Amino acid sequence: MGGRFGDGAVVPEPETEVFHADWHPRALAVTLACGSLGQWNIDASRHARERLAPKDYASFSYYEKWMAALADMLVDKGVLTPDELAGGRAVGPSPLADRKLTRGAVAGVLARGGPADRPAQIDVAFAAGDAVRTRRHAHNVFVDGGHTRLPDYAAGATGRIVRMHGHHVLPDAAAHGLGDRPEPLYAVAFPASELWARPEHPRDEVVLDLWQSYLEPAT
Amino acid sequence: MRVKALETILTEKGLIDPAALDEIIDTYENRIGPRNGAHVVARAWSNPAFRDALLTDATAVVSELGYYGRQGEHMVAVENTDEVHNMVVCTLCSCYPWPLLGIPPGWYKSDAYRARAVREPRKVLADFGVTLPEDTAVRVWDSTAEVRYLVIPQRPAGTEGMDEAALMDLVTRDSMIGAGLALKP
Repeated sequence: MGGRFGDGAVVPEPETEVFHADWHPRALAVTLACGSLGQWNIDASRHARERLAPKDYASFSYYEKWMAALADMLVDKGVLTPDELAGGRAVGPSPLADRKLTRGAVAGVLARGGPADRPAQIDVAFAAGDAVRTRRHAHNVFVDGGHTRLPDYAAGATGRIVRMHGHHVLPDAAAHGLGDRPEPLYAVAFPASELWARPEHPRDEVVLDLWQSYLEPAT
Repeated sequence: MRVKALETILTEKGLIDPAALDEIIDTYENRIGPRNGAHVVARAWSNPAFRDALLTDATAVVSELGYYGRQGEHMVAVENTDEVHNMVVCTLCSCYPWPLLGIPPGWYKSDAYRARAVREPRKVLADFGVTLPEDTAVRVWDSTAEVRYLVIPQRPAGTEGMDEAALMDLVTRDSMIGAGLALKP
């Protein structure tokens, strides 16, 4: 939705306001706890939210999207049956129960996180200052309609490499069970005038983190 | 409520420990939040060697302070100056440096911020009551990967004699996203 018109004002809120309804923290916690079952990765869970029906994506609140996507993934992976979900009752214990996130394990799991960098042999093609152009279409090359992290607004745009972050898991592959396929990841700066018909200021820019396969040399 | 129903089924199946959920919520409601980031910024303002190290390898530096963790595995710090104002968004979802800033505010996750921050950051800043000097460029960082950005706001004038603890109080959450400025003393 980057660049879209019509969304109205951004409404600031106090720093003390962390959640906006009683069930929001619960939704966050259930999602994190289910992630620990190891049935999907962060890219698959992002894709599960993106592939909600567009009218649902537009009308659901933030955590409603999380819950709808979580329910979809639990059924897709066979963790719950559609009947269990619809009936609200479990039919027997799960074979994954030994992976349950326990209270005692929470601090360690949150502290360890899930780093996305991987050892890889792929040559680094670009250096800081190099001019690069993004793919013409923001699409997944492996799966039609699949997950990608190139936003539409930055497709087919020319920018320059700011820095290399290391080799990172390629979400386009990882979201679809195609392995990590790590690639060099770069911060790429685009002049606002390259992205928008009416940039606010001649020196403004937008920087995106983009994988090497999203980019080609620009002359 | 849907989340309650889901929690009940998952607990019955032995997949969820409700006490673990309480622990996760307590962590992000009470223990991990923007005061962590404010600590980092105040130290960067006070200590030039720390600032340099932070700008060179933020992940290593914040890890030493105990601020490594989920959604903060790959940190980059960007510094606001008279020449450039940095601002962070995630247009694709809601990526945010949890160990330093906690759970993102509602506006950060809103369609309005995600849609507008990249195209008209100055108008978005105006929604926060911020007007930048005409000769300051805006650099918006769209968090499209697992790298998380922390903005080091400009240190306000008149803070020369203040210690780290006093400086921390001037560092707002919004200023570390680049949607605001640090408070004046």
